[in-house]
Amino acid sequence: MTTGTATPVATKAAAAPRRHVLDLDDFDKAEIESVLNSANAMREVLGRDIKKVPALRGKVVLTVFLEASTRTRVSFEQAGKILSADVINISGSGTSAEKGESLLNTALTLQAMHADLIIIRSPQSGAPYFLARNLDSVSVINAGDGTHAHPTQALLDLMTMRRHIGDLAGAKVVIIGDVLHSRVARSNIYGLAAVGADVVLSGPPTMMPLEMLRGRSEHFPVSVTVQPDLDKAIEDADVVMALRIQKERAAGGLLPSMREYTRRWQITEARLARAKPGALVMHPGPMNEGIEISSSIAHGPGAQIEEQVTNGVAIRMALLYQTLAGAGGVEL
Amino acid sequence: MSEALLIKGARLIDPVAGTDTIDDLLVMDGKIANPSEAPSDARVVDGTGLVLAPGFIDLHTHLREPGQEDKESIKSGTAAGARGGFTTLCCMPNTEPAIDNSTVVDFIKQQASEAGAIRVLAFGAVSRGRLGKELTDMEELARAGVVGFTDDGAPVATGHLMQSALLYASQLGLPVMDHCEDYSIVKGLGINEGWVSSRLGLAGYPSAAEESIVARDIALSDLTGGHFHVAHLSTAGSTDMVRQAKAKGLRVTAEVTPHHLTLSEEWVLGTHGHVETDAAVTLVAYETRAKVSPPLRSLGDQAALIEALRDGTIDAIATDHAPHTYGDKATPFDEAPNGISVLDTAFGMLMGLVHAGEIDLPTLVHRLTAGPVSVLGQRFAELATLAEGTPADLVLLAPEEEWQVDASTFASKGQNTPLDGDTLRGRVKLTIAGGDIAYDGLNGLSG
Repeated sequence: MTTGTATPVATKAAAAPRRHVLDLDDFDKAEIESVLNSANAMREVLGRDIKKVPALRGKVVLTVFLEASTRTRVSFEQAGKILSADVINISGSGTSAEKGESLLNTALTLQAMHADLIIIRSPQSGAPYFLARNLDSVSVINAGDGTHAHPTQALLDLMTMRRHIGDLAGAKVVIIGDVLHSRVARSNIYGLAAVGADVVLSGPPTMMPLEMLRGRSEHFPVSVTVQPDLDKAIEDADVVMALRIQKERAAGGLLPSMREYTRRWQITEARLARAKPGALVMHPGPMNEGIEISSSIAHGPGAQIEEQVTNGVAIRMALLYQTLAGAGGVEL
Repeated sequence: MSEALLIKGARLIDPVAGTDTIDDLLVMDGKIANPSEAPSDARVVDGTGLVLAPGFIDLHTHLREPGQEDKESIKSGTAAGARGGFTTLCCMPNTEPAIDNSTVVDFIKQQASEAGAIRVLAFGAVSRGRLGKELTDMEELARAGVVGFTDDGAPVATGHLMQSALLYASQLGLPVMDHCEDYSIVKGLGINEGWVSSRLGLAGYPSAAEESIVARDIALSDLTGGHFHVAHLSTAGSTDMVRQAKAKGLRVTAEVTPHHLTLSEEWVLGTHGHVETDAAVTLVAYETRAKVSPPLRSLGDQAALIEALRDGTIDAIATDHAPHTYGDKATPFDEAPNGISVLDTAFGMLMGLVHAGEIDLPTLVHRLTAGPVSVLGQRFAELATLAEGTPADLVLLAPEEEWQVDASTFASKGQNTPLDGDTLRGRVKLTIAGGDIAYDGLNGLSG
């Protein structure tokens, strides 16, 4: 312990255990680093022969996935099981939601069963906030809500960047594609701003938030800029992150054609050559190879796609531990 | 026959006469009478420090009956109107069934006369079933007593239909009110396209989608000579177009709601308008009680609406009172229906503009009385005056009284207000409809 007047500034995480993880806009740099440090320890557990620790024994964790997902749901489930929590998976079909029960009543029912934590994926922006507001004894983790936020994805992205780059202050991160509909991009913007990275967004004008496109971004972090021309945006980038393009957007009038998108915004070898040597290539998955990212890049030396998945389990273990077991040091 | 009621020493604001004086006023036999003729047994109300004005007229109320009585009924909605100082409500035709034939109009008149605390006038639908295909029998509806036509809840579906409706309505001397929302841009969204929608990851309803239809309808009013009334006008751009149309002498009128005048898109963040630019989204965000169509707009739009209300570009304040049940709004944002329950709080909200020096009290009273009459037609002029011999539709107001909004005590069934818990300054004390006390906030006057 430090004595005298030079008391270290308490972080939010140390001050009070975090009950909900809804987005990264309420994480400061210290808390993000605390989660990443904890996740590094969790990665060591993941590498063991016997992947099981008793940290969350007796805790009930529900994954409520109201939208299709493989990697995020399995990642949370695995994280919970390694930590010995009882994990119950609920999906949209085959449940009372199909019978027309409201999300509120479903959630109150699950709370009455003494669940400790609900992990929710919803097609509706704000659904995790709605649950957190209405449930008084359950923690909520946002596993992706509509076109709003995906904080665990952003944390695993930050973890991946930090393991390769170290301190992210001043690092240039280019996020490419459908930012408007991307919860991954939104959460990354806040996480990257908190750690001091510079974010450049590049993509079709129909897929940028109008506020940012028109330069009225006083309500967004100052370190975020828009550069529609990818050849310029990618210059000297430390990290190049492609977002998934939904093919149906072309039919909806947001894209002239997939061909036009590919020509202007695909990450190609020629474009990547303009970034810093050894720049990281990331993608939240699932990838459309040959559309937002060329096949050779997706499987090339800079690609971090599988490492992102591994780090995802570690991040989710760290968050489950911090919300359910308290904010103390990790003892595994 | 009702007893005589003498209100002494109140500030009398008469928007038709243009007078603003301290005086006495007598209510006798359902009419306004000469106070010197007050009978000795007349009940006396001390009006010192209070304002007496013609009862408010709401051009735009969703009473939900028939069909959605769990949200509101004619009985509960008129009680809420009386609580809010209104003595006339114009109900919207998006009921189930829609007000698209004289039978439904007759039903509403019947319910209003049996259960209604105040006068109810009905708008008829423009299109049969509000489906946007065929015109209703507009002349039959007019004979049954409708005061105008609208497919509110939805825009008049096509320019062609609007053109026809304006031509028929013009023959009948009635306005066509339009909910101006260009469905080819967006449909049904209850949040402004702006920084808050971007922040929350919600698709937003841009001003352009309202203005596109306002422009269409103004052009059609010019073409046909018909009376186009803009429902719940919400953007700065719409005020410019209406101002220009009026300068050209077109028969165009407009209304604005208390919430568009006093709240902004920031209210969807759930923090009652208090916002720090870079603050995190909190648990109270995605406030479904601030979800309304047209959406709460930017602070710049709000300033333009106030200016347009002041200079008369906007003729009237109308509530767009849209009650919903608790369960309707206890959902994630996208699932919740649009609408705010406004009647109970309208006057307190609007007095905020007076206290802030944005508008003076006689102008506010005008926009709640003579303004709506200018939309409905001069046959209703006697509802907006304090002249002797006119119907005693009156409201007694305490402009300085502070009170806390508690939605659970609303007369409306709809408790869906984002203002719940807030303090308002300005309160309705007494509402008199046709000489009868429709709402008594003076604690036991009727006892």
